[in-house]
Amino acid sequence: MNIHTNTDHYLHRKKIIAWIVMGVGMLLLVRLFILQIADPSYKVFARSNFLRHITDYPSRGLIYDRHGELLVYNEAHYDLMVIPGQVGDIDTLAFCKLLNIDVATFESRLLQARRHSRFRASVFERQISKTAFAAFQEKLFRFPGFFVQPRTLRKYSYPVATHTFGYVGEAGPNIINNDPYYRPGDYIGISGIERAYEKELRGQKGLRIRMVDVLNRDIGPFQDGRYDTLGVAGKNLYTTLDTRLQLYGEKLMQNKRGSIVAIEPSTGEILSLVSSPSFDPGLLVGRQRTRNYRALQNDTLKPLFNRALMAQYPPGSVFKLISFLIALEEGVISPTTSHGCAGIYHTRGISIRCRPHPSPVNAITGLQHSCNTYSSIIFQNTLNQPLFNNIQDAFTQWRDYVRSFGLGQYFGSDLSYELPGIVASADYYDRIYGPGGWRSQTILSLGIGQGELGVTPMQLANMTAAIANRGHYFTPHTVKAVGDPQNSNTQYALANNIPISREHFETIVYAMQRVVNDGTASFSRIPDIDMAGKTGTVQNPHGENHSVFVAFAPAENPQIAISVIVENAGHGSVWAAPIASLMIEKYLSGEVKRHWFEQRVLDASFLTAMP
Amino acid sequence: MTQRSNIFNNIDKPVLFLYLTMVAIGWLNIFAAEYAETQKHVFDFSTSYGKQLIWICTAFILAASVLMIDVRFFTNFSQIIYGVFILLLTGVLFFGVEVNSTRAWFQFGGLAFQPSEIAKYGTALALASLMGSARLRKPGHLMRLKAFLLVLVPAVLVLLQKDVGTTLVFASFILVFFREGWLSGLALFFAGLAVALFVLALVFNELIIIGILALIGITIAIIMRKKPKIFPQLIGLFLLVAIYVYSVDFVFENVLQPHHKARIEVLVHGGADLQGAGYNLHQSKIAIGSGGLWGKGFLQGTQTQFNFIPEQTTDFIFCTIGEEWGFVGSLLIIGLFLALLMRLITLAERQKSVFGRVVGYSAVSVIFFHFAINIGMTIGLAPVIGIPLPLISYGGSSLWGTTLLLFTFLKLDAKRLEML
Ligand SMILES: [Zn+2]
Repeated sequence: MNIHTNTDHYLHRKKIIAWIVMGVGMLLLVRLFILQIADPSYKVFARSNFLRHITDYPSRGLIYDRHGELLVYNEAHYDLMVIPGQVGDIDTLAFCKLLNIDVATFESRLLQARRHSRFRASVFERQISKTAFAAFQEKLFRFPGFFVQPRTLRKYSYPVATHTFGYVGEAGPNIINNDPYYRPGDYIGISGIERAYEKELRGQKGLRIRMVDVLNRDIGPFQDGRYDTLGVAGKNLYTTLDTRLQLYGEKLMQNKRGSIVAIEPSTGEILSLVSSPSFDPGLLVGRQRTRNYRALQNDTLKPLFNRALMAQYPPGSVFKLISFLIALEEGVISPTTSHGCAGIYHTRGISIRCRPHPSPVNAITGLQHSCNTYSSIIFQNTLNQPLFNNIQDAFTQWRDYVRSFGLGQYFGSDLSYELPGIVASADYYDRIYGPGGWRSQTILSLGIGQGELGVTPMQLANMTAAIANRGHYFTPHTVKAVGDPQNSNTQYALANNIPISREHFETIVYAMQRVVNDGTASFSRIPDIDMAGKTGTVQNPHGENHSVFVAFAPAENPQIAISVIVENAGHGSVWAAPIASLMIEKYLSGEVKRHWFEQRVLDASFLTAMP
Repeated sequence: MTQRSNIFNNIDKPVLFLYLTMVAIGWLNIFAAEYAETQKHVFDFSTSYGKQLIWICTAFILAASVLMIDVRFFTNFSQIIYGVFILLLTGVLFFGVEVNSTRAWFQFGGLAFQPSEIAKYGTALALASLMGSARLRKPGHLMRLKAFLLVLVPAVLVLLQKDVGTTLVFASFILVFFREGWLSGLALFFAGLAVALFVLALVFNELIIIGILALIGITIAIIMRKKPKIFPQLIGLFLLVAIYVYSVDFVFENVLQPHHKARIEVLVHGGADLQGAGYNLHQSKIAIGSGGLWGKGFLQGTQTQFNFIPEQTTDFIFCTIGEEWGFVGSLLIIGLFLALLMRLITLAERQKSVFGRVVGYSAVSVIFFHFAINIGMTIGLAPVIGIPLPLISYGGSSLWGTTLLLFTFLKLDAKRLEML
């Protein structure tokens, strides 16, 4: 291949290259000798160069109610931290005495921290007492490797709206692995508003790098604080909650299982959100948190469960509001269309019972007496309209109407862990009965709010708000403004419209007024307040039926729409309607005048009944 | 024909021993640098040391394959290998992922691959082929231009990836040109002078430098006044230097990226006042300086374990060595590198073909440059341009590149008697 010659003119250059290589190598070695052996200053620097990364935890945003009353705030406390790699020979006995622990506990905690990391700080003891804190501040130099980290904890003005606020807890490994912001020991909103608004509430952690000498003394900021970052305090939240109404609702729901949701129809702002039984939010703060949580978790009454957002019930008779509206819009009935009711409705082997009431009934009186026969007839007539080619199309249109009320889907609002409810699709029935193998009578129970329907109390309240608004609703939400009370949340300002004309809503509203004034809910009529409502009773195969009532008031200028569910309490008119009427009276008048009526509710207890 | 089994008997044992020792030391220190952070199992492949174990194994397979392949593959296909790497370097500009503002990586699942680290190998082969094919000892201008372009094209492509550190590595081929006589000693001297002036121009006001140079020139002129012939050359040289010194400032202000500027400024002004760049150097000097004679012991380095130093498994691996193994460790590492380089020079000189010798000197040049700059930058002798310490630093591309270059040369060396 190529030419090789013995007469390499440049052979001497090998020596030059070798000299360059050796020369540079020597240069590096001389420099290293100076750095590592001759100059002692780097060793001194390294020894005093214990840097301590101290996190500045900003105070979490405060939470106010709709009238500016402070509901959730913070309280300072101190965690004792340890960096195992810096723990020298310390007087273990004196240390243990300060903390009031035994030596075995000390050893095991140190081992645990060492397992986490020899060089990163771990929490040695959470929320040390005030006396221990004072003692440590004084004697810290005797315990190298230990330091005190200030933190804040949540405090609550009242033990109220626990499910809505949610709670704050330590970030778990799952969160830490997925979000670099969180480190072990950091707090994060676990549920409710604390979770939904975590980013706004938490603020931004700061970091201070301090130099610490061998005696555990802080000798100042590292590099004059050049690498420090300031913490940014969390933003305050201004919620839509009305504290007095919320407190009153929780009081009324004492010794009962169920929920109350009250919404301001003109904005979608949630005035109160009661899930009962509840618990004191203070239980999930502080050193006893884990123990308390376990106790709550094991409680058979399930106080941790937020029924208002997560319990899904078949709506029962209150659903007739929607099925009447659909029938009116589809022109299947007019307000005056009447049908007779013989106390039972038969169609092709299926029969549905009704309660005794005057017959015949029209759209108004049918709703007023909650007639099952009338509901079944108009449901069948809606689905059997000749304009539809098949049952699937007819049902899909009916279902679209139902979903336009916010049923069977997430609101996508600021509520943590809401459930979407159930409104089965035509595909679902096709799968069960075969394609097209079902008729309107097959799914007849939907017409009276039973069958493949599941709604949450929140959805019921929102449906009621939509009727109160005569055809639209604003996505329900709990926070009005973030950071500044003037800085209002505009993302929920857009109305969700329901494709049913206003005149039909007026018909239904009139019928709902009749329900209260001269119908199933007349027991709960409020003097001087024109309330529109509808009772419901949810079939409960496991025990006593659930009592349901939805209402809004005043009928002509609605300021509050409400849903009440009391589990195992029987007919809607007996317990749910009275509770709703008391809430409305409280909200609109400021005080309740019907004292005996109020006392009757307060005395009632349904916790002994089967769940 | 020699038997295939003989290849393993014929390869140079000292280089093989040095290679294995350095890879092992490298892995131990990557482990030490990351150990405190994770304390995970040695075979946990989510850690650097776990991943490096995979890279080491694949590098061994690569080395074995290179030794198996017929030696003519490298000589005959060197241009094609070079072409493939040029394509990869171009491709990475379009399809690569961006890491630390450098678009130099291909991403395959969890492993990232940097073609520029291996492009040096392709350049070495192509250069060897070109220089080997030169019939005359004095290559013509066209040949010189070709050789120059062979180095320049990949260098520019790497520069387009915004990887200034790796681009500068291509400058190390100047040693190969020098050894082969394609560059005069004067040129090497001027290259060295240019670097010195570059630094000086940044430290001092350019007017002062030009003034000093003018004084030196005038002094020479007075001394050499008997030979007026050299006056025009002297003036020409002076003008060139003046332009160069001025252009340094221009390049510095307008071409370099801010973080490179900062790193160079830290170096020349010695100040730790600058932001990130000064911090790195300061911490790195404390870590190495605190090592003392014997070091703090394996896994005992406080600076290392407290993570004061960024990029500690890659560019700043020498901090861990300096801190935990002390001056003795520094001596060992530098001794190993010098031994390897000296042995490679000896082997390169015993090649019977120019091709083999050029590959040998390419290995010397590239490894030397990485070694000098990487260690130099951790102790404030070189700007922090972020290139790895060969065979020691974490990173598969660098390990693969060095392995390919070394073992191709070892293969050529083992077969040197057949390469006639
Ligand atoms: Zn009836």
